[in-house]
Amino acid sequence: MGDPPPDPEPPSQPPSSRRSSQVSQRRGLELSRPQPAFPEEAEQIPLDTSILQSNRGVLASQANLQGWSLGASPTQQENLTMFQAEEAQLGGVEYPSPNMGFPSELQPQLYLEEGGTQATQNAGLMLQQLQRGQSNLFQQLESAYLETQPDLLGQFNMYQRDDLQFSQHGPYLRDEPTLQFSPSEPGFTPFTLEVPEPEPLELAVQNAKAYLLQTSVSCSLSLYEHLVNLLTKILNQRPEDPLSILESLNRTTQWQWFHPKLDTLRDDPEMQPTYEMADRQKALFLRNGGGEGQQEMEEEVAETAVPNVMETAFYLEQAGVGLSSDESFRIFMALKQLVEQQPIHTCRFWGKILGLSRSYLVAEVSFREGEEEGEEEEAEEMMEGGEGMDAPDEEDEEKDTDIIPKPMWKPPPVIPREESRSGTNKYLYFVCNEPGRPWTRLPHVTPVQIVQARKIKKFFTGFLDAPVVSYPPFPGNEANYLRAQIARISAATHISPLGFYQFGEEEGDEEEEGGAGRDSYEENPDFEGIPVLELVDSMANWVHHAQHILPQGRCTWVNPLQKIEEEEELGEEEEKADEGMEGVEQEVGPPLLTPLSEDAEIMHMSPWTTRLSCSLCPQYSVAVVRSNLWPGAYAYASGKVQL
Amino acid sequence: MGASVRPSFSEGLGGEQGWPKALRGRGPQAVSGILTALGRAGLWSPRRQLLLATWQALSRALVTMDAESLLLSLELASGSGQGLSPDRRASLLTSLLLVKRDYRYDRVLFWGRILGLVADYYIAQGLSEDQLAPRKTLYSLNCMEWSLLPPATEEMMAQTSVVKGRFMGDPSHEYEHTELQKINEGGKVFEEEVVVQIKEETRLVSIIDQIDKAVAIIPRGALFKTPFGPIHVNRTFEGLSLSEAKKLSSYFHFREPVQLKNKTLLEKADLDPSLDFMDSLEHDIPKGSWSIQMERGNALVVLRSLLWPGLTFFHAPRTKNCGYIYVGTGEKNIDLPFML
Repeated sequence: MGDPPPDPEPPSQPPSSRRSSQVSQRRGLELSRPQPAFPEEAEQIPLDTSILQSNRGVLASQANLQGWSLGASPTQQENLTMFQAEEAQLGGVEYPSPNMGFPSELQPQLYLEEGGTQATQNAGLMLQQLQRGQSNLFQQLESAYLETQPDLLGQFNMYQRDDLQFSQHGPYLRDEPTLQFSPSEPGFTPFTLEVPEPEPLELAVQNAKAYLLQTSVSCSLSLYEHLVNLLTKILNQRPEDPLSILESLNRTTQWQWFHPKLDTLRDDPEMQPTYEMADRQKALFLRNGGGEGQQEMEEEVAETAVPNVMETAFYLEQAGVGLSSDESFRIFMALKQLVEQQPIHTCRFWGKILGLSRSYLVAEVSFREGEEEGEEEEAEEMMEGGEGMDAPDEEDEEKDTDIIPKPMWKPPPVIPREESRSGTNKYLYFVCNEPGRPWTRLPHVTPVQIVQARKIKKFFTGFLDAPVVSYPPFPGNEANYLRAQIARISAATHISPLGFYQFGEEEGDEEEEGGAGRDSYEENPDFEGIPVLELVDSMANWVHHAQHILPQGRCTWVNPLQKIEEEEELGEEEEKADEGMEGVEQEVGPPLLTPLSEDAEIMHMSPWTTRLSCSLCPQYSVAVVRSNLWPGAYAYASGKVQL
Repeated sequence: MGASVRPSFSEGLGGEQGWPKALRGRGPQAVSGILTALGRAGLWSPRRQLLLATWQALSRALVTMDAESLLLSLELASGSGQGLSPDRRASLLTSLLLVKRDYRYDRVLFWGRILGLVADYYIAQGLSEDQLAPRKTLYSLNCMEWSLLPPATEEMMAQTSVVKGRFMGDPSHEYEHTELQKINEGGKVFEEEVVVQIKEETRLVSIIDQIDKAVAIIPRGALFKTPFGPIHVNRTFEGLSLSEAKKLSSYFHFREPVQLKNKTLLEKADLDPSLDFMDSLEHDIPKGSWSIQMERGNALVVLRSLLWPGLTFFHAPRTKNCGYIYVGTGEKNIDLPFML
């Protein structure tokens, strides 16, 4: 707020009755002593008036809006609730500045204050100016009511009493002085007979003003102050068309009152996480290494493992699936970062899994040949070490206590996990919560985890180390559960049009491999796209290109009996084991590249739904296949492109 | 006009932001009431009507998948992975406008998409002035031709509760359900199997109604209630602050309150009757059936319902943008307590 503009209209009628003692020139906190009461009118005012009046913030005209301080309202509860005829304290009244030219401040009203308050620039004066063209009534009222004892003292916090109070106001209307002048009721109000004429008007104005001054427990800004602020602001800034921006001014004034701008040294605490996230994502967009030499450009133009996420996103968007385009781009950048960090041969954006507090972005990668992951071996060693520890403890216990009959039950042999790069562990999966955050590798999945994952249904929380509490108990934490679900989904829903992939030349006989089936395929260079309409019509045109997971939990079957034979030490147990395991049969699943039409039905409905992406122009549309078993699994194909 | 001014002040001064909310939470009526009162006191009287007009003309209505703001809303809700393809979006924009004109609705909202086996249903709803009045629901198979659905009744709900499974996608499809009905014939009571045919349209109506009643939500402060009854859009709603946006209690169910009466007096004392007239989410059973996530740093808060998977509610804090959309199969997740 700049300097206040010179007062355009010097007040023409300083009310003669104003007491100069009520006037003070200083700014700042002040509390002046109460004036001697105006006795006569005091008694005439019914005692049961109680317009809420707590405290008043006061605005000095040029002062910053932030500089206000308000007296504490709740502490005034002990104060008078009824109007007292005697004295009341008057708050200090401030001149905004000599420039404003108000000769004397209108003594606002009685109000009780605790702390100091700053003087108020009486809005009445300003309003007075505005109304100058209209009527002098207000001036008279203002002047007149100075002499009367303001009748407000009541301080109450409960608004329920509002009703009572106002209804007890008695005969005079609380805020409609003009009504009394309406020609339709010429002076039939009781007062005009009894009391001198300005009386009810003054009272009504006082009531109006006191009402405007009321505040509540939860906030300390009254309408009066707010209007004062607003009008001061307008008068100071003198905008072009104040009426049209009135509402926004109103809102900003309110906002500023309650949310003073923090100083520039401190950041807004609420926005902190947003800024951090933005910083992290900014790092994604920076080129690695900084320099932009010719060399780097050439390297990047060459083949890179990063998939063309944007293209995929475009096709999926045609299908009605997918994240927004800037989200897709950020994922693209994040994948690029992953490719740079890890020795990756192929990479693909697998999808997004929604969790309770956070979501997972999953990338399916395969490492370059020969790049074995060191972490995996460490994990295995740790597990074996743990098992070795357990055995000695048991032996000790047996010697000490009585021999408890050992249970005959032997846990079923643990089915070994599939090797990396084969079967369910064909690909490695990395997850991150949001693009910009570091990628975490998921461990390989074991068959028992898959078997258990089939039996439970749990939400993901978003934290990889969260325990999975379920029945039957799941062996592992959320990372393992996530990996198992990813494995199941991949096995069930990775499909491609018929002919896109073909089997490589076989080296061995199929029978020798124990019926495991082929497990590798390669792209068919002679593939000519199947027309989209045909893709949509029949499910036989699509095939699975991921291996089916057997009930055992693996893609290739392993006879658990074989493992036991290797451990032949305890003769007795071996026999029993044989008896128990006799019923084990080789599990066979559908071979690779089986068409979708062979898929089992779910509750009388086919497990796949096909759709053309745009029925209005089939020439350019994309065939979309949606899984009904795993909601959210989509595949599209268009001409030669497929996902 | 004095009557309307007084309650707005007496009721409205609550909440953490206190007084400004009183003025903020007021719509055209109350503010005009205030202005009228001031006008009677000698202020603003010649300009009152002009003020009212500008007030009403300013600022857009609450964004809940409005036809006008459809694109932005879809963008913000896309975090769940399901959206609309460009051709559907384009046809929606055109056809919703036509629906608004033809049926004379105040606002038309795009409600969402129910995935069926053969085809998907696209659902839109039309609103009148009173926000909590029952909405008219329309469905379409191709986003161009919309058909009005009958309002939901209790019998429809009871009838369709026996139907399970996915939607077929064909509105004239009929589900068959065999029931045992007792038939009295001349003193003898015997049971007979009766095959009841339930139309898919009926099922659609009741599912949409259930979803709306259960999980349609709206942030606190977006609507306000006038003392005369009707609920209005709060044009001064500036959005929730960040700290509020993460709390379940700042969101309300967009339906007639059910649990509000059961609150204790102590709780009710803190409520603001003009803003807190609906149930909040924090008392939903089972606890944890909502997932709140902040996306894009803290720039967007997304609530997903776990009871009806597919319902996404988004809100950009400190802005007016908010809305919800349902894209899903239309099946309630009854395994929810086990999945948490």
